[in-house]
Amino acid sequence: MSDLRDLYQETIFDHYRQPRNFGRLQGANRRAEGYNPLCGDKVTLYLRVEDGVICNARFEGSGCAISTASASLMTENLKGKREEEALQLFDKFHGMVTGSTMTNDLGKLAVLAGVTEFPQRVKCATLAWHTMKAALQNIGEPVTTE
Amino acid sequence: MILDNLFQSLSYYDESSEKYGVHSWRADFPILETSVHGKPLVYLDNAATTQKPLAVIEAESLYYRHDNANVHRGVHLLSQRATDAFEAARFKVQHLINAVSPDEIIFVRGTTEAINLVAQSYGRSRFKAGDEIILSRMEHHSNIVPWQILCEQTGVNLRIIPINNSGELELEAYNQLLNLRTKLVAVAHVSNAMGTINPVRAMIDLAHVHGVPVLLDGAQAIAHLPVDVQSLDCDFYAFSGHKLYGPTGIGVLFGKAALLEAMPPYQGGGDMIRSVSFDGTTYNTLPYKFEAGTPNIAGVIGLGAAVDYLAGIGFDALIEHELALLAYATQSVSDIPGLRIIGNALEKTAILSFVLEGIHPHDIGTILDRHGVAIRTGHHCTMPLMEHFGIAATARASFALYNTRTEVDKLVEAIYHVKELFGR
Ligand SMILES: Cc1ncc(COP(=O)(O)O)c(C=O)c1O
Repeated sequence: MSDLRDLYQETIFDHYRQPRNFGRLQGANRRAEGYNPLCGDKVTLYLRVEDGVICNARFEGSGCAISTASASLMTENLKGKREEEALQLFDKFHGMVTGSTMTNDLGKLAVLAGVTEFPQRVKCATLAWHTMKAALQNIGEPVTTE
Repeated sequence: MILDNLFQSLSYYDESSEKYGVHSWRADFPILETSVHGKPLVYLDNAATTQKPLAVIEAESLYYRHDNANVHRGVHLLSQRATDAFEAARFKVQHLINAVSPDEIIFVRGTTEAINLVAQSYGRSRFKAGDEIILSRMEHHSNIVPWQILCEQTGVNLRIIPINNSGELELEAYNQLLNLRTKLVAVAHVSNAMGTINPVRAMIDLAHVHGVPVLLDGAQAIAHLPVDVQSLDCDFYAFSGHKLYGPTGIGVLFGKAALLEAMPPYQGGGDMIRSVSFDGTTYNTLPYKFEAGTPNIAGVIGLGAAVDYLAGIGFDALIEHELALLAYATQSVSDIPGLRIIGNALEKTAILSFVLEGIHPHDIGTILDRHGVAIRTGHHCTMPLMEHFGIAATARASFALYNTRTEVDKLVEAIYHVKELFGR
């Protein structure tokens, strides 16, 4: 069951049990909702963007360990990033969890690399990320992982 | 590992307690030999779809190898053989549910299409704005959405029977929902998310007092209970072949002949007409009026084989085995700290839905899968029901005739592994 341990690493449990940046963000100027129809996971992402820089990011919602930890780690990572950098990070992260590109500069986000062995869980890992993309593009409709 | 030792001592599995030849039944299902992730498959997702016995697989294959032809249209021998096999299956289904006539058996794609057929043919031609349809809180989306579409088309309203915290319908509330505007009651015979067996006989009697017809969604009942549409006196009964050890893509709508006769066709095309001209078309008689186009011939023949297979086992043996398994599983999981069963109805089929404190069902499903245990996690296409319990999802183990106590033990063991991994 080594791949289970690879998927469910301590950092993931930590962020699942104590999600960082959890709750509404007062003064957010970007917001998007994400929904995974497969498992009913929901996430609402709030961003404060000033002069093209994400100065704050928070999220709300309920989900599995993978989607919650991914959202928590993502919000930590986004702070201080320029919008373009955030979108580049999306591509790198997506490449990592789908196994389509190799990256070794994702820092703490690398704990989610174990998802590649669990194709059914890629949508859990990417839910918050798709929502972030939508928030930056200011798409009003809830995004889904479909 | 400590856990493994614990399980050796916990395991009170006794071969002889499974007196109904479950091991010979298992041998009928080739897929049960499969391994997943290097573990023997423990298939507990039978409410989603059941596995297929060799008899069903062979019936389809033999049809394609020896008899394949279109039905009802040829004078040649193969067409005759295909038609005979196809119509023989209709008789088998008629006897399975004790319909008065084979004309009352309409072949459709599945439960979903059967319900859509009734909504669009029966409902759309008869219901008016302000009329009411009664559903229940525990319905599968396929017994909700077709009616919502009808609401948009006709202005009818839905009324919903509430449920209690054991997952049983509130019959007093149902009684009060029935009124002069009620045009139809459409409820599950058995709940797919909880296994609750609804008291449909009494509900139908009540509806009939008000002159209201009743459609039963039998998707989860047909393989687990004897169904007798005459003694139930239901007006429509819908089920899917694939939950009955038969193929996917084939299902049945039973309707009382008088109702079906009076209904307009659902789809137009070949086979459902008697004659066509540009001045007007006359429709075929039952059941063909509702079977437009070339049907799923192999599916129907496979379904016939599944019905025969089930008849060979018999509901008495099957029910005794499945209920013993449910009791064993319920007792085994109830010792697991933090586990809560969703759906504790007094009358249940062998479905065990549960949640674990602090662990999302989706994570449970992934971890169980790596232990070879296939269960379903999610909302089970019953989002209003999940909302009632204030949860987004459950983990659901659903049993079939080929499951064993050893497999229940493996389920329980795997749940302990989930808890161990999550440090709970
Ligand atoms: C209670 C119930 N109704 C309807 C359906 C829909 O059946 P199908 O998808 O075979 O049309 C199912 C199965 O998913 C079910 O469990």
